[in-house]
Amino acid sequence: MSLEAPQGGAFKPRILVFSTHNISDPGIDLAGSRHMHYPAPVSTIAVPCSSGLKPSWIVHALQAGIDGVFIASDGDECAYLPDCSERTARIASQAQDLLRAKGIEPQRLKMAAVCSVCAESFVKYMNEFSHVLAELGPVGTIAA
Amino acid sequence: MTEERRIGVYICHCGGNISDYVDVAAVREALKDEPGVVVAETTMFACSDGTQHDMINDIRGQGLDGLVVASCSPKLHQITFRGVSKRADINPYAYTQVNIREQDSWAHGDDPEGATAKAIGLVRAGIAKSRNSSDLVPLVVETTSATMVVGAGIAGLRAAIGLADVGLHVYLVEREPTLGGWVATFGAMFPNDQDGRQQIAHLTEEVAKRPAITVFTNAELVGKSGSFGNYVAEVRINGEPSETIRATVGSIVIATGFDTYEPEAGEFGYGIEGVVTLPEFKAMVDASDGTLTHGGKPVRTIAYIYCVGSRQPAGGNEYCSKYCCAASCHASLEVGKIDPSIHQYHLNRDIRTYGKYELLYTQSREQGSVYMRYPDDTPPTVELTEKGQLTVTTIDALTQSEELAIPADLVVLVTGMVPRANEGLTGLLKLPVGDDGFYNEIHPKLRPVETVVDGVMIAGACQAPKTASESVGSGLAAVAQSAAILKKGVAELDPLVAVVNDAACTGCGECLKGCPYDAIDQTMCDGRTVALIIPSVCKGCGGCVPLCSEDAIDLLGYTDVQMRAMIDSLVEVAVS
Ligand SMILES: Cc1cc2nc3c(=O)[nH]c(=O)nc-3n(C[C@H](O)[C@H](O)[C@H](O)COP(=O)(O)OP(=O)(O)OC[C@H]3O[C@@H](n4cnc5c(N)ncnc54)[C@H](O)[C@@H]3O)c2cc1C
Repeated sequence: MSLEAPQGGAFKPRILVFSTHNISDPGIDLAGSRHMHYPAPVSTIAVPCSSGLKPSWIVHALQAGIDGVFIASDGDECAYLPDCSERTARIASQAQDLLRAKGIEPQRLKMAAVCSVCAESFVKYMNEFSHVLAELGPVGTIAA
Repeated sequence: MTEERRIGVYICHCGGNISDYVDVAAVREALKDEPGVVVAETTMFACSDGTQHDMINDIRGQGLDGLVVASCSPKLHQITFRGVSKRADINPYAYTQVNIREQDSWAHGDDPEGATAKAIGLVRAGIAKSRNSSDLVPLVVETTSATMVVGAGIAGLRAAIGLADVGLHVYLVEREPTLGGWVATFGAMFPNDQDGRQQIAHLTEEVAKRPAITVFTNAELVGKSGSFGNYVAEVRINGEPSETIRATVGSIVIATGFDTYEPEAGEFGYGIEGVVTLPEFKAMVDASDGTLTHGGKPVRTIAYIYCVGSRQPAGGNEYCSKYCCAASCHASLEVGKIDPSIHQYHLNRDIRTYGKYELLYTQSREQGSVYMRYPDDTPPTVELTEKGQLTVTTIDALTQSEELAIPADLVVLVTGMVPRANEGLTGLLKLPVGDDGFYNEIHPKLRPVETVVDGVMIAGACQAPKTASESVGSGLAAVAQSAAILKKGVAELDPLVAVVNDAACTGCGECLKGCPYDAIDQTMCDGRTVALIIPSVCKGCGGCVPLCSEDAIDLLGYTDVQMRAMIDSLVEVAVS
């Protein structure tokens, strides 16, 4: 099973990034356009706005075997919702409550605003988060 | 449960941009037997006419009802392949674009195996999204046949005339009291020596002849509301007292131009009497009455220093402003017309008089101007000697001889273009700004004047350094693009809006309170109060989705079923 750490090799955590079409996804594209590297087990699903994410999707991802979820939020640049930052933060904290209740480490969810030209900070976030998750080990391995 | 779908999957090599790192054949092999997949192909260029044609044939021949293309960012080709779906008469919203270039091959060139595994997950998620898509019909909105042009430089003026000529009403908004931008301040310009002031005078006459153009000077765009096709633009006309007017427009063309680089004090002697920038020098040459003097003395020797504020190391302006070499060669020819005996030294890093402007360079040399390259790491220095003589010291990179000291009456710092300070406008329209500070188009080749903000276009030198003819060219491209979206009178909007599951809705009203657009109302359904989302008002952000404690709201295109299926697809092991 590919969900396990590869035998003998270093554990490469799977990260699911939720990006937004107009703001963070272009920033993530830019990282690629500049050929900046971040770990390959980082996959992105784009939605219109980070305030539209359901906490239950985050829980679902971690239960399905994703090691960490990163919300690349719109921040203050959101074209839709003036209070987007607060909304997304609320979604993240609701999701963390749900995770705690299920015995999943809340540190497996991270959120930061990524702007449309924030390629460097995105790469930095991915490297750091990947590092944190590697220390935590594969999801579902703690005795709750 | 979803019915058996018939999906076609196309995985693009993008020349080698993708396939150099992602094993596209392995991706195909891993996914060809996914549920619902009927056709799975790899292709050299998915966007080529030939491949688009093949896709249409497959859709028709195999009775496909969904399409997945794994290639570049959806920003580039989502529209293309939605178009393919439309032409083949299947629902364009059953199409999913999977980004395996910007977000895979280009980011993981160091890990081809990882990149291939990632592509398999991403494409599988794309298939899951298409498999769980429902039939959606675009929303049709009536559009206003009017455009607002912000900035009346040569690009904005020419665009305004073009827009009026295709039958659109135009509001031309200029911040300054007069029209014309930089070109209105120039005498003879390259190419053709045409006088800038006269060209602007001609354009303003043409504007005045057209009743469809309303001109506001001393004016700024200060508010924008409404949605694509029907923006309500608020314009403040500064004065005593100031006045604010509102206009409904279908599109907005931003043509706010550039500023010139202002050297730091001491940069190449800037601040010393006799050291001037290119725009200052051009003004002197343009104002000449048949002699060229400075500080009351005739100018006998001019030293030009090229690339001031351009092509700098990271942190500075890294780009080339590309007009300045030609403008300086041209200025030297104008100086020659005033007095051919004036000595002119052009200290450059290399001369970029591209295309036909090369002829200006040749003419300038033939006329006696001396061109010398200075080494990138040893730029010239400028100082006043004890005797008060302005002197430029340089090394000729070609002969590598010792230092040359050129006594000059005038030193011209050939300054490039910088983005204009326009934070208010940038913030108001949420215009995308590149690393260099200029506005960004969606795609430099395929969508050169559109921005990610629907119906908002950019033209002229606000986008990047441009010559006047390039500025006008992009102004006219914005005309064509405005016409393309406004002349039909209706525009199609994505039907990717929120919908309420009446059976699950308890009518609590939380979603109503959470929608800043008033897109949610309440209605009676089987004797119960339930939420009702008005599709034409809904912006499709999905902000109401997590507000519903009953999980009764779905955002079309991102439904609960689709999102969960996509997440599952990312972790599933490859089907063997
Ligand atoms: C010294 C010099 C010499 C040149 N010589 C040549 C030449 O010989 N040949 C050539 O082809 N090109 C030449 N160029 C380049 C040429 O000037 C530009 O290509 C051209 O001016 C670009 O036109 P534009 O309309 O995009 O911008 P601009 O000329 O900058 O006009 C922009 C207009 O927008 C207005 N504006 C800005 N912000 C706002 C706002 N927020 N709201 C409302 N209005 C706003 C400005 O006031 C201005 O009127 C030269 C440039 C310089 C500096």
